[in-house]
Amino acid sequence: MPSVAPFDIDDYCVAAAFLGDTPVFAAAGGLVHRLDGTGKASEAHDGLLCASLDADNARLICSGEDGRVTAIAADGTVEELASIGRKWIAQVAAGPRGAIGFAVGRTAYVRLPDGTLKEIAEERTVEGIAFAPKGLRVALARYNAVALHFAAAGGKPVELEWKGAHTGVTFSPDGRFVVSAMQENALHGWKLDAKGSDNRHMRMTGYPAKVKSLSWSAKGKWLASSGAPAAVVWPFSGKDGPMGKAPLELGTRGDAQVVAVACHPAEDVVAIGYSDGMVLAARLADKKEVLLRRPGKGPITSLAWSADGKRLAYGSEAGDCGVVDIAG
Amino acid sequence: MNDLVAEAGVKTLPVTVLTGYLGSGKTTLLNRILSENHGKRYAVIVNEFGEVGIDNDLIVESDEEIYEMNNGCVCCTVRGDLVRVVEGLMRRPGRFDAIVVETTGLADPAPVAQTFFMDDDVRAKTHLDAVVALVDAKHLPLRLKDSREAEDQIAFADVVVLNKTDLVTPEELADVEAAVRAINPSARIHRTERAGVPLEEVLDRGAFDLSRALENDPHFLDAEDPDHVCGPDCDHDHHHDHGHDHAHGDAHHHHGAVSPIHDATVTSISLRGGTMDPKRFFPWIQKVTQTDGPNILRLKGIIAFADDDDRYVVQGIHMLIEGDHQRKWKEDEKRESRIVFIGRELDREKLERSFMACQAQA
Ligand SMILES: [Zn+2]
Ligand SMILES: [Zn+2]
Repeated sequence: MPSVAPFDIDDYCVAAAFLGDTPVFAAAGGLVHRLDGTGKASEAHDGLLCASLDADNARLICSGEDGRVTAIAADGTVEELASIGRKWIAQVAAGPRGAIGFAVGRTAYVRLPDGTLKEIAEERTVEGIAFAPKGLRVALARYNAVALHFAAAGGKPVELEWKGAHTGVTFSPDGRFVVSAMQENALHGWKLDAKGSDNRHMRMTGYPAKVKSLSWSAKGKWLASSGAPAAVVWPFSGKDGPMGKAPLELGTRGDAQVVAVACHPAEDVVAIGYSDGMVLAARLADKKEVLLRRPGKGPITSLAWSADGKRLAYGSEAGDCGVVDIAG
Repeated sequence: MNDLVAEAGVKTLPVTVLTGYLGSGKTTLLNRILSENHGKRYAVIVNEFGEVGIDNDLIVESDEEIYEMNNGCVCCTVRGDLVRVVEGLMRRPGRFDAIVVETTGLADPAPVAQTFFMDDDVRAKTHLDAVVALVDAKHLPLRLKDSREAEDQIAFADVVVLNKTDLVTPEELADVEAAVRAINPSARIHRTERAGVPLEEVLDRGAFDLSRALENDPHFLDAEDPDHVCGPDCDHDHHHDHGHDHAHGDAHHHHGAVSPIHDATVTSISLRGGTMDPKRFFPWIQKVTQTDGPNILRLKGIIAFADDDDRYVVQGIHMLIEGDHQRKWKEDEKRESRIVFIGRELDREKLERSFMACQAQA
């Protein structure tokens, strides 16, 4: 039986993550709490808006209402990586080799591994930012397109056009696919190695709500998503991704929406967080479900597996966070 | 089409939208909202920090970002930046009691207003309270001549603050008021100097709350007093159903006629009928908002249905429409149906004929 160690941070949890073995919880007020027995928290921001795990370096990259980008280490040390004045930095992403991307309004910034800050101007507000698995290529989601830039080299971006507002973006782990979440309750995907432009588009629709959480399975064969009463999991193992295939629907409930998903680091298993605070794990192969956490005080905002896949950290809007030990 | 249905039982924070040109007194009013001792804390979303001379971490800068919602329809738009900022603000809700959104002089108010109905996340946590337009009495005639936005802002407003009245003659003021009234017959108008309108007249109005909308609006399409302009000498929150005597000292009245300074592209069509048949009225209002939605800026109505003791109120923005039973008709109230459309290129004859055809057969 899984066992739960609850941890109340008394604030909206923006992100839960593991820094090495230490579970951390980034709160909207600006504190990053550590569940390491000390109960200590780092003062990272005056208003924390976004956080992204830099797994290679065991640090959590955070951005805030104070116009700063910080890196929080497992021991709680806060390092300021950038400060651009009084602007909300609502998007931040950790990239390969310590690169960091963040965006303010119509400007995206990439801080290269050597500390150089590159500025990228977009014609519309940058709503989402993601790094390709290799090569410092960054995807920027905005109105009517996702733009792919080579951050270090500069040059003309590749514009993946699709009408509508793209509010989030992710690369598949093999770098072959880019998928965006849209304002209009849909996902849109592009197959980057497609010959010709006709067969590169992938439309994934039918969601009753906006998709706010996306997670690729361990080997990149599946993409799990929130935004429905079930976790909607699209197959990406074929040459053409999910085109012409139906997604799996896991953990379907009649009385709550799926608001967060996180795929297990090794197995084809997805952790599913609901609008009432419940957390399940479901296996893709046979849809078998295990209850990990009963409903709580608020919707789940974030789910994160430990590197060994034995523990799951969860955060909620109401601050009733915790860690599930799968083996018990 | 989306319905403007309010979620019952969930406490949401009110949002006031403040429109107006640079120099209209908008910044003065914002500063008063931020600094006066009214016991409430406001989060303010502005276009540029520079305009507001107050340092306060509840002031958020945001670039206007218009997103079309349903591929293709020009009127179904939201402000994407507001979706993001409101979501961010609402993660730390204990810090403030209400939100004010300031828009630039060149902004179309529709996407701002529609954001609070069309985006599910925003709608779950906030609700639109009222659209307030600041108008510079001196410069309005020029604005109306050279821009569509000035007209749109007045047409959209629930409350119009006619500012800088000390800079115009009584005749000029009367003409400016007539121009405002010709564009928007259902807005509450306040005359002020230096944006000195009482804050309770612009905040917490409940203009989109169907239980309150038009209720505290005794002059809504009032035949007896069509040119009524509110001033410091009139107080509406006690209901005055009759004999509301205003000695505003207007030099002349225009009685809803076309104003001399307003070459109208926005017009308002006020219709009045008897009791309505719901089986005819609902399909009609749906069809009108679907086909004429892009041209309808606002609509508001109080409908009397046959065999129904409750007043029914409707209102809409472009293609969005909401309606609900409001309260019992009072003994001394005339059971009639009144509706006003504010928009462009509206066919008065057709609207009137089709509205009248919705009446219940005697
Ligand atoms: Zn439309
Ligand atoms: Zn009055």
